[in-house]
Amino acid sequence: MSQATLRIQKISGHAGSVPGESTQREPVLCKLIDTTTCIGCKACEVACVEWNDMPFSPTIFENTYQTMPDTRWNYWNLIKFNEHERDDGTLMWLMRKDQCMHCADPGCLRACPADGAIVQYTNGIVDFQQEHCIGCGYCITGCPFNIPKFNHETKRVYKCTLCADRVSENLEPACIKSCPTGCLHFGTKEDMKMLAESRAKQLRNEYGFADAGVYDPPGVGGTGVVYVLHDIKHPEIYGGLPSDPRVPWSVKLWKTPLKWLGNVAMIGGLVGLIVHYLRYGPKTREVELERKHEGEQP
Amino acid sequence: MSTRGQVLPEGRILRYTFVERVNHWIVAFAYVYLLLTGLAFWSPWLYWLAILCGGGQISRILHPWAGLIFFVAVIYMYVLWAGQMHTTDTDKAWWRSLRSYVRNEDEKMPPAGRFNAGQKLLFWGFLVCGILLLLSGVILWIPEWIPWSLRYLRYLAVLVHAASALLTIGLFMIHIYMSVFAERGAFQSAVRGDVSEEFARRYHPGWYKEVVGTGPAPRK
Repeated sequence: MSQATLRIQKISGHAGSVPGESTQREPVLCKLIDTTTCIGCKACEVACVEWNDMPFSPTIFENTYQTMPDTRWNYWNLIKFNEHERDDGTLMWLMRKDQCMHCADPGCLRACPADGAIVQYTNGIVDFQQEHCIGCGYCITGCPFNIPKFNHETKRVYKCTLCADRVSENLEPACIKSCPTGCLHFGTKEDMKMLAESRAKQLRNEYGFADAGVYDPPGVGGTGVVYVLHDIKHPEIYGGLPSDPRVPWSVKLWKTPLKWLGNVAMIGGLVGLIVHYLRYGPKTREVELERKHEGEQP
Repeated sequence: MSTRGQVLPEGRILRYTFVERVNHWIVAFAYVYLLLTGLAFWSPWLYWLAILCGGGQISRILHPWAGLIFFVAVIYMYVLWAGQMHTTDTDKAWWRSLRSYVRNEDEKMPPAGRFNAGQKLLFWGFLVCGILLLLSGVILWIPEWIPWSLRYLRYLAVLVHAASALLTIGLFMIHIYMSVFAERGAFQSAVRGDVSEEFARRYHPGWYKEVVGTGPAPRK
């Protein structure tokens, strides 16, 4: 348990210091998803639901291979299927495993007001602690990837944990374990970036994907999930992957300048009123004087 | 019962009717609850306020409902008072003499009616902020139902809600200061409804004249 708190580097809605900030030299972990070798088998979807013991929820067939339109509170891992038309008119499948990106600068954590409801471990995993969640949904607003999902029965929010429970026992996440094509890899961020870059280079040089590249968006400080894409210039075609994800400007404005301005104004106002009272006192004093005066001259 | 006040025995004047008082305290209690729980969500340093109010989850669930009560009562306040809250020439003169008001030199103030210009600002401020808080609050109540394509509504709502809440806090602090500390008798009037003749004559000479039918007492 004492080790557990040392492994936390960021805590949502937290006043004061964080016990694990810069106290351990844990490597940052990373999941690598090579979209070019995904066959859309959905083994990762099943493995996720199985490992996390989540109840099944009904789905509707909408003329797509995609299991459901978006991830759900009990479905954290979803392959987005996109039939993409190339410039020469031919079709190609773009399949992208969608899940929490485990941002280095998580918008959910920034927006969360509940102490300890969202934590970031020193290994980079962003994890929701549902026992502290108050269900306000600010994380939903803070996330640029549309990941946190609300459960109406528990009134709390859920998402991919990057199998923090498995990882803490030196196991790879369930989705990685289940992947039959080797399109999913897991390791340190450094290693995964290197592997991803070499794969992108291979795609560019040997497979004719001139725009192949690695998706590790700097707007959120980089992510704990990186993609190899055939076309790094148009990530939107992979089921709405944002090209330049950022913590929403309004969340930043709200949580930093407005917060400071508001706090200074509130404390300043309070001090101002106290000083006014000390300097001028109540108006009543003069009413009392008047009453006394009238009493003398009825 | 006249809403404008009437002469009571023993030199007292009715300032707020029973209905006005009840409505005021519905707004007041709802606002204080919203303030405490809202401040808890505003800053980690004040999160203990949510614990005090029954825990973070309970505060999250009840805050929007209290907001609805607050809003409905503020709208009823509008129904009761809007007609008396129009800015008059006296009010404009009142703002120009603000310095004297701050220095408690009330004899130099233009003769305010039932509500002085500051009270009118409080009223309109709370009404406008109340509407903004409701609109943004509804979005914050059910963020999970706002589709991804309309996420800008959520982005806007967090800012509008916080900014308009801060404005009401400024108004609220002055309101409490004036009514509880600066103008003794004002708090009592919000509870029991009546004020002394001196109070009416000094702070609301225009209204006093209307009610009693005489001019303000000559000043020495």
